[in-house]
Amino acid sequence: MTAQAALATPSSTLDAVALRADFPTLRRMINGHPLVYLDSAATSQKPQVVIDRMSQFYAEEYSTVRRSIHLLSAKATQAYEGARRTVAQLLNAPETRQIVFTKGATEGINLVAHGYGRKFVGEGDEIIISATEHHANIVPWQMLCEEKGAHLRVIPVNDRGELILEAYEKLLTDRTKLVAVGHVSNALGTIHPVEEIIQMAHAQGAPVLVDGAQAAPHMPVDVQALNCDFYVFSGHKACGPTGIGVLYGKAEWLERMNPFLGGGDMIETVTFEKTTYAPIPHKFEAGTPAIAEVIGLGTAIEYLRNIGLEAIAAYEHELLDQATARLASIPGVTIIGTARRKAAIISFTIDGIHPHDIGTLLDQEGVAIRAGHHCAQPVMARYGLPATARASFAFYNLPSEIEALGAAIEKTIAVFAL
Amino acid sequence: MSNKSLYGEQIIYLSKHPKNFRPIENAHCMCEGANPLCGDRVTVYVNVGDDGTLEDVAFQGSGCAICMASASMMTTAVKGKKRAEAERLFDEFHRLVKGELDPARDEHRLGKLTMFENVSHYPVRVKCASLPWHALHNALENKGAASTE
Repeated sequence: MTAQAALATPSSTLDAVALRADFPTLRRMINGHPLVYLDSAATSQKPQVVIDRMSQFYAEEYSTVRRSIHLLSAKATQAYEGARRTVAQLLNAPETRQIVFTKGATEGINLVAHGYGRKFVGEGDEIIISATEHHANIVPWQMLCEEKGAHLRVIPVNDRGELILEAYEKLLTDRTKLVAVGHVSNALGTIHPVEEIIQMAHAQGAPVLVDGAQAAPHMPVDVQALNCDFYVFSGHKACGPTGIGVLYGKAEWLERMNPFLGGGDMIETVTFEKTTYAPIPHKFEAGTPAIAEVIGLGTAIEYLRNIGLEAIAAYEHELLDQATARLASIPGVTIIGTARRKAAIISFTIDGIHPHDIGTLLDQEGVAIRAGHHCAQPVMARYGLPATARASFAFYNLPSEIEALGAAIEKTIAVFAL
Repeated sequence: MSNKSLYGEQIIYLSKHPKNFRPIENAHCMCEGANPLCGDRVTVYVNVGDDGTLEDVAFQGSGCAICMASASMMTTAVKGKKRAEAERLFDEFHRLVKGELDPARDEHRLGKLTMFENVSHYPVRVKCASLPWHALHNALENKGAASTE
């Protein structure tokens, strides 16, 4: 109760109760209970301003970008490029042209694997990832290694879910052509020490890609302070629409990289003999882009920045502490991932109850969590588990919802206590 | 719990104390069924008599309560039956959990297997209940692996 009382008083600068009113889905009833949405690490709910902005674009402003000279197209191009500026501000990118729109974090990583990897990685070279990666930051590198005869090296993780940097240091050699690590583990919640990881890689001359899918929506990210070479995230986890994401890259890399998809808009001139490519970022944006989604993402990021990423991180950390204490108080519940630096993601198991049964029984109480391997099978294997249940939090969650989660877990245990 | 609950007492009991949970040494047929998305894994072993009777059916593995209870009930239900009867039960069971067979109105021979009727209200769990049956079917067809993905 003390944790709840502390949260009830405005120690944070964020009014979660008021912000919830912006999210229509959060007013829903599920199986006769108010929805308790604890699956934001999978995808976040959408505020009305994002839904309205996209509707307005389709209803009143719709046109293509960067092709036609009529007024609507000029306005659409302005809105589209305006969203690029908003993203650049979010990440503190030095230049707007360093922001490439992709379908999501997955495509951003694939773009780098293709555009950087196919050009700069050769036989016998090595790519370093970590043991906690999402499949999106494993498979593209495996595909590249297979194609090039390169090798994948993996930074091991300790029992708490922290990367072992001494082991990482030994993996770094002059064969290392890229380091690709998650900023925050989606399965364990660990905030990895990406600053150190990047410094160590750069000391060996290797560029670093950071998968920020679980970080960018939840904490301030400064790509210049990090000095990362690439940073990717997904719009749909950041209160934005599906099908849109962001790749930030250092201009010196983006300019030297191969294009990803060929087509319209990414070219300068085309003849049947030779094509010259458009300058960045357009070199990487072939075809008519996801215009409404980009504009919606811009609105989502403005919304998050108005709340303040510092305030979001602080508030979510309070939720994490409270939820960790609540779950740890239930006999039979084990939290998987106990790193000292964690984002508001809690993977857990319950003795004798499969995570899918936990997921279904919690859903009957209106509590939405993820159950499964979280697209991170190697992490699950590391901890000897086929799956876990995962509760993940956002700034629109309330202390009372943590209590609902705790009560639903206790009820689940009671159902199985035959 | 509502009357559409997935977890009847019998299902929870069987998930914790499954019947025929053992390997069969040198089984005539066996198949490992896997549900890659959730990690359910069930190996079904079958010995078939000369007249096509399933003389012994057993399983091993790990998975959710629905999968474990379903595997247990399946082994009990098909043991001693002819292969064709077992396949017919699989068909009826599959239709039951998909909501295409109403045990109160439609003709069936499911017996106690109707305890899985409420799975039909949980579409994402259909594959949990049907995984052992797919494994049995593939074991009888002499296929090495089954998947519900």
